[in-house]
Amino acid sequence: MYRGFPLFPEAASSVARGVDLLYLFMTAISVLLSIGIFTVIFYFALRYRRRHPDEVPKPIHGSLKLELFWSITPFLVTMIFFGWGTTLYFRNYDPPPGASEIFVVGKQWMWKIQHPDGQREINELHVPSGRAIKLTMATEDVIHSFYIPAFRVKKDVVPGRYTTMWFQPTRPGSYHLFCAEYCGNQHSGMIGRVHVMAPSEFEAWLAGAARGKSMPEAGEELFHRLGCFTCHRADVSGRGPVLEGVFGNAVLLQGGRKLIADEAYLRESILNPGAKLVVGFRTRMPTFAGQINEEGLMQIIAYLKSLPPKKRLDAEP
Amino acid sequence: MTRTHYLNVQYGFRSWLLTKDHKRIALLYLASITLFFFLGGAFAVMVRLELVTPPGDLMQAETYNRMFTMHGVMMIFFFLIPSIPAVLGNFLVPMMIGARDLAFPRVNLLSWYLYIIGGVFALVAAVSGGVDTGWTFYTPYSSTYSNSAVIATAVGVFVAGFSSILTGLNFIVTIHKMRAPGLTWFRLPLFIWAHYATSVIQILGTPVLAITIVLLAAERLAGVGIFDPKLGGDPILFQHLFWFYSHPAVYIMILPGMGVISELVTCFSRKKIFGYGFIAMSSVAIAVLGFLVWAHHMFVSGQSIYASMVFSVLSFLVAVPSAIKVFNWTATLYKGSIVYMTPILYAFGFIGLFTIGGLTGLFLSTLAIDVHVHDTYFVVAHFHYIMVGGAVMAYLGGIHFWWPKISGRMYPEGWARFSALVLFVGFNLTFFPQFLLGYLGMPRRYHAYPEEFQVLNVMSSAGASILGVGYLIPMVYLVWSMRYGKPAPDNPWGAKGLEWTTSSPPVTENFEQTPVVTEEAYVYQVEEEAPVG
Repeated sequence: MYRGFPLFPEAASSVARGVDLLYLFMTAISVLLSIGIFTVIFYFALRYRRRHPDEVPKPIHGSLKLELFWSITPFLVTMIFFGWGTTLYFRNYDPPPGASEIFVVGKQWMWKIQHPDGQREINELHVPSGRAIKLTMATEDVIHSFYIPAFRVKKDVVPGRYTTMWFQPTRPGSYHLFCAEYCGNQHSGMIGRVHVMAPSEFEAWLAGAARGKSMPEAGEELFHRLGCFTCHRADVSGRGPVLEGVFGNAVLLQGGRKLIADEAYLRESILNPGAKLVVGFRTRMPTFAGQINEEGLMQIIAYLKSLPPKKRLDAEP
Repeated sequence: MTRTHYLNVQYGFRSWLLTKDHKRIALLYLASITLFFFLGGAFAVMVRLELVTPPGDLMQAETYNRMFTMHGVMMIFFFLIPSIPAVLGNFLVPMMIGARDLAFPRVNLLSWYLYIIGGVFALVAAVSGGVDTGWTFYTPYSSTYSNSAVIATAVGVFVAGFSSILTGLNFIVTIHKMRAPGLTWFRLPLFIWAHYATSVIQILGTPVLAITIVLLAAERLAGVGIFDPKLGGDPILFQHLFWFYSHPAVYIMILPGMGVISELVTCFSRKKIFGYGFIAMSSVAIAVLGFLVWAHHMFVSGQSIYASMVFSVLSFLVAVPSAIKVFNWTATLYKGSIVYMTPILYAFGFIGLFTIGGLTGLFLSTLAIDVHVHDTYFVVAHFHYIMVGGAVMAYLGGIHFWWPKISGRMYPEGWARFSALVLFVGFNLTFFPQFLLGYLGMPRRYHAYPEEFQVLNVMSSAGASILGVGYLIPMVYLVWSMRYGKPAPDNPWGAKGLEWTTSSPPVTENFEQTPVVTEEAYVYQVEEEAPVG
């Protein structure tokens, strides 16, 4: 909780201090510049106030030197801001290798969280401190935005695609989770808490939390329930590409294009199978849009990711 | 015996509603945008009242969401965008260039009617349940999910957009073709340069908004998949299209204000403007660069980080011409003869608040900072510093400055200075705390909020009540002055510019005979140049 009159939210992630430092630097320059301009205006306004009604001062047309000075100086100063801000942003953009994954689905008006081992939460997110966490996010309806002020991170959750963000909490505690993109009636109710725990406590929490099947297990169940396995199989009756080991590998598409099968590609292929067909297959597959929600899609993808590569008949580069 | 002028030449509703006189049309706009200003203000009052306490206890969330949406729609599309161009620009562009009217007087009247038709749609939407999408109409919320009067509002904005296009067109043709003999481009008042640049944005940008609205309607009404991924569309496409107009629209709001400030600063320091060419060209530069920064509204939308980088650097570049203007206005005061009449108080207020608004814009252009403050109250504070602290201050300063010319009466100076001060104090108390709230992480468009944000919100609401009083006082004394104000001389401020060479209020034809211009703008004293030092 905040005491007194704070100007900064708590700083509880590995990037928070860096963002605050840049913010302070920009504030300092801005305050200096404002005070400078305001002082000059006040001084001129007093010094050159009209003393008798008929006075007409001598005209001054301008000064190229001054114009260049006050064009180039702000340009250089803003380029410092730009360079610093962009460097920080780029450095903070990609998660470090080995980040733990958590899956988020936004929906009017709640945040649904799945941990890979099957623990699920709503409007609460438990994470260990000191470990990089990568969130893969989707929404069932409109745009939402996942915002943790204490971490200085925010990312829109956009329908029709996955967005990702990552952070590394540094201080155990409980922090605000907000939806930052207006999403309808209960937008301001789409809030929650992020609980940062010491790693050992987090492990205890994971062990003690109610859990269903792990995400790959749940995905496997869906894979069978929806009948995916009837076509996606390795024997002669397989009418669809074999999916073992497909994740993260190159796929050769009709028309000769190649892409790496990532979450977005797998998601698209389930919802809109004809969009990017693997070479050698026709669009026999129906769309599964409407039969499976975003959480289920994440589970199926988790299942596909968990499959060991075997007997790949297709798609080898 | 009373002199005949544009106000008393004819009486009756017909003479106003069918007028082709740009000055009368300006007054039609003045009356109608004032109505929308107070309407939009009433919605803001509801928002600030709700936010006095952390829980959403004054009204339902549905209601609150309609309040902030309609505040934004009314203020942006029906007040700020027409404000200075359609009122002051309409009145002054022909007068400043020595013309009898705009190039297309009938089109000018048409654009007022389009504005009114658009306004009626927006009002009908407001009373038939309101609209709750935010003024930004983000899809797929607006196209698929919202149960509110999205289409009626969008049609209103669409129609009003054509009013804006036609005004811009009229100004461009007028400025090109109807300048008085001797009035070369670089003798034009800076107000004209600013309006020229604004008109270019209106003509190039507004059609994109119109297209966007048509696509939105096609999806909402006919299910054509353009923005909603469930129909095969892309919601980010909407943001690109929307901001391609709506970021330049910010410059439609602020550029004319900058033009006003140039006039005020030079008149009340009785001094030639410092760096005429730089101020004129910076207006053009802002108009051009303004079209290249739209995706800075989308830094956290998941767009490519390289796109973000490019839009970040371009956004910083817009700061340079804005800074040039501020420095040149300040330098104009140097060795001037400054008198503290109300209009220059507004100009000082503008420079101060615009500086803060501009500098905080730099924070939002900075990628790493924007990730944190995007969609928080920091953004709300920033754009109110530009649009209210900047555009509205300039508008009021301009209204006071040209009021003697428009109405033929003087406003009461004491009250005017007092209300300018009230506005300045109220404005800062309202919006400065919102910068702090934003950095602390309070998201915008929140009906309820955590308790730790209450102190700053109460300050903001208290400031808003002062601000409200500051707007009501001029409303009262300006109306009062139309009947009881001292009759205005032709040139009460000793200002330069052709509009001050004719009578107050002017005759319908503006000038008894076409003026001939023989000198640059703002020549208060013809003498050799003083050394800069």
